[in-house]
Amino acid sequence: MNKKLKAAIIGPGNIGTDLLMKMQRSAWIEPVWMVGIDPQSDGLKRAREMGIKTSAEGVDGLLPHVIEDDIRIAFDATSAYVHAENSRKLNALGVIMVDLTPAAIGPFCVPPVNLKQHAERLEMNVNMVTCGGQATIPMVAAVSRVQPVEYGEIIATVSSRSVGPGTRQNIDEFTRTTAGAVEEVGGAKKGKAIIIINPAEPPLIMRDTVHCLTTGEPDQAAITASVHAMVAEVQQYVPAYRLVNGPVFDGNRVSMFMEVEGLGDFLPKYAGNLDIMTAAGLRTAEMFAEEAANGTITLPARG
Amino acid sequence: MNLNGKNVTLHDMSLRDGMHAKRHQISLEQMVEIATGLDDAGMPLIEVTHGDGLGGASVNYGFPAHSDEAYLNAVVPKMKNAKISALLLPGIGTVDHLKMARDCGVSTLRVATHCTEADVSQQHIGLAAKMEMDTVGFLMMAHMASPGKILEQARLMVGYGANCVYCTDSAGYMLPDEVSEKIGLLRAELPANVEIGFHGHHNMGMAIANSLAAIDAGASRIDGSVAGLGAGAGNTPLEVLCAVLERMGAETGIDLYRIMDVAEDRVVPLMDQPIRVDRDALTLGYAGVYSSFLLFAQRAEKKYGVSARDILVELGRRGTVGGQEDMIEDLALTMARAKGLA
Repeated sequence: MNKKLKAAIIGPGNIGTDLLMKMQRSAWIEPVWMVGIDPQSDGLKRAREMGIKTSAEGVDGLLPHVIEDDIRIAFDATSAYVHAENSRKLNALGVIMVDLTPAAIGPFCVPPVNLKQHAERLEMNVNMVTCGGQATIPMVAAVSRVQPVEYGEIIATVSSRSVGPGTRQNIDEFTRTTAGAVEEVGGAKKGKAIIIINPAEPPLIMRDTVHCLTTGEPDQAAITASVHAMVAEVQQYVPAYRLVNGPVFDGNRVSMFMEVEGLGDFLPKYAGNLDIMTAAGLRTAEMFAEEAANGTITLPARG
Repeated sequence: MNLNGKNVTLHDMSLRDGMHAKRHQISLEQMVEIATGLDDAGMPLIEVTHGDGLGGASVNYGFPAHSDEAYLNAVVPKMKNAKISALLLPGIGTVDHLKMARDCGVSTLRVATHCTEADVSQQHIGLAAKMEMDTVGFLMMAHMASPGKILEQARLMVGYGANCVYCTDSAGYMLPDEVSEKIGLLRAELPANVEIGFHGHHNMGMAIANSLAAIDAGASRIDGSVAGLGAGAGNTPLEVLCAVLERMGAETGIDLYRIMDVAEDRVVPLMDQPIRVDRDALTLGYAGVYSSFLLFAQRAEKKYGVSARDILVELGRRGTVGGQEDMIEDLALTMARAKGLA
């Protein structure tokens, strides 16, 4: 029996296309549909050339095929504005939604920190936070699982070329959502997020700094071990996730300096910020598929 | 150069850019003392915020002695004529900070982006303009882009609702000809009702000369700082600029002796270190590096044994932009390791 879950990608842009390329290597997820709104779009054309079914009529064009094609997972790489409707329609048909938009209807998901809980609970909609969140929250969690973190701060620096118009028009959404997830998922009592866009050419690889202020003296040995273990976890789905420096200890401050290079599937290697989103999204879907195959969860019944 | 009869609006930075030089530790009393002195001297606009703008309080940039809200609430009610401005860097501060500042009585909002990234300011400029604030777009590190690019980015900010756009020499790198060219192009191409501003740093000793070039090319707002209190080798020292402009017959509305006294009696005594073109500040200007990196690089030198000058030059080579203070410790660690020190 084929254990792969069949999937649809909504949004044939850079993220959707990169996701499709990664998915073709997956042992657990099989891409079947790519959904857009512009019949002429390059993304839909590319998907067709890869043998994927396409619709240019948005999610409504996909709905009649969900049951017959046994679509179990959908990835939404559109925008926060349309995500709620997309999610409602697909959830109603028993499709699990992995939300790569900033809509955040469902709980935040950062794979090495809380994906297993979401999968075991069969959450029908999980949100992938932000690129900066995926890159940094594992580090905050690596500290907070050792001892309480009073304050967690992340600074994400990304190349200008890798930041699309959606993020630019609503950059506050990035800072708010990321700060919220630093608290909720990272486990910091208070979170802060900063994003810097750098236009240097050639484009710089995404870099991230994570500062945690611990309650009391940081347990240096335990935190260092925890950080290295967490880096290895993230490297399972983003191989070039690197701890460049740190953890550095200064009083109750613990700092980690990261670099995130992508796999260079569809998005360039420097755009580790986009790559870590698609990789984390796919990793999330795979975990649901694994749990379903193990019998830990039972996917919604279909007649 | 003939500036006779030109009207210039000066804008004091000592209580915002000066926060960098004071590691954001200016007390409420000191703020009020300087602001009231400036108000009495006839300063029309005074900026009050964390050095990195609203919401800048952080490990990365430094936690201030007081919140933006506390500083604004202390200063705004004491002003007789001066208006108070606030700076906001999208990516650091949000529209929530903007609304807070407006509720505190801030009337001028300045939205700062790197000079090629103006499109992250739409949300903030749009809201400030909608709330009928004096809304300023602030293109930082303007030496890093061509005049044409600066104009393109300025047009975006004007399109979002800015009534004034700044060409900002955050690194103190520019020489007067570059200032003339960039300001001249903005003045020639932007609508006449949009004001042009210039913000200088003194890292190459050019802040006064650059400000004069800017006025000559059509800038009507000039930033500076009383006693130069600001990042790097400081901002354009306003008492000096006032004296020069008075000699040249330009109108600032400021009482020269009073502003000289504020500089000497109220600002200089609170400086933690002399604000001057020292070796590292000169390196900022020479290498084109964001002025507020100065004290961070000097601290990294002390902690990791790598020269601040080497750190700053490397940051310039890498095309680092404003706000990347976190790169300094990261780079110092990497350089120290390469030298076998860490």
